[in-house]
Amino acid sequence: MAIDQSFVGRSYPPTEPYEVGREKIREFAEAVGDDHPAYTDAEAAKALGHPDVIAPPTFAFAITFRAAGEVIQDPGLGLDYDRVVHREQKFAYTRPVCAGDRLSVVSTIESIKTLAGNDVVEIRGEVRDETGAHVVTAWTKLVARAAEEA
Amino acid sequence: MTARISYADVEVGTELPARSFPVTRDTLVRYAGASGDFNPIHWNEKFAVAVGLPDVIAHGMFTMAEAVRVITDWTGDPGAVVEYGVRFTKPVVVPNDGEGALIEVSGKVAALLDDNRVRVDLTATSGGEKVLGMARAVVALA
Repeated sequence: MAIDQSFVGRSYPPTEPYEVGREKIREFAEAVGDDHPAYTDAEAAKALGHPDVIAPPTFAFAITFRAAGEVIQDPGLGLDYDRVVHREQKFAYTRPVCAGDRLSVVSTIESIKTLAGNDVVEIRGEVRDETGAHVVTAWTKLVARAAEEA
Repeated sequence: MTARISYADVEVGTELPARSFPVTRDTLVRYAGASGDFNPIHWNEKFAVAVGLPDVIAHGMFTMAEAVRVITDWTGDPGAVVEYGVRFTKPVVVPNDGEGALIEVSGKVAALLDDNRVRVDLTATSGGEKVLGMARAVVALA
């Protein structure tokens, strides 16, 4: 089933703020095996010019992916969620995500395409802090594979 | 932000130190918990096979997180990453044999940009197959 093109450009309400915790950053850094001190030692992070420990670059996805989930499960969109795979991911950072940040995401459907029967949806997640300042934008491209292909 | 590498010291073609990152089932369980992505294709063999995969596969975002370490280790400041994007071309299959898989990553400076920024292109393979496409980042150097 082709998905509804009229959803292109649609934005969803900002998510409730996600509070970035030091221990969550530590857990994430340990999970990816990265012992860079900027992720766990506030002094090391400050020596690099950051206000507090920072999160690894892809940590932002943990926040935007939850926001994107609300979009792809929007029944009106008609995406076959069980057949969805992650095709592309891109980030553009104004600054790194930092411990103590309270981050909110506005998701927008950037594009919808049908390629060889597969539905391809790109969602842009704009992540802002409590003051409304931009932190990072995440573009997530998802593909719902055509049913006959699997 | 304080990158350790100076813009003046790099040119197009400068190679970053390559690295290999092991990934086992244990790694995937930890990553699932830390990232909040509990899709069973990353930990449940039966489920993965039922949806047409050869075995449990690594989270694409895990592979993306490992690949950028070649850049963040090189610059010294992970906050120096300005842009980072990848395409997930092939899954990293992680067998339940205690050894798992290896993600091998190399990178080189592909373009010199303004404001002391450079574009770095990454190559990531596992089992001889390219697992990321269009893997590139823009980083701010000193």
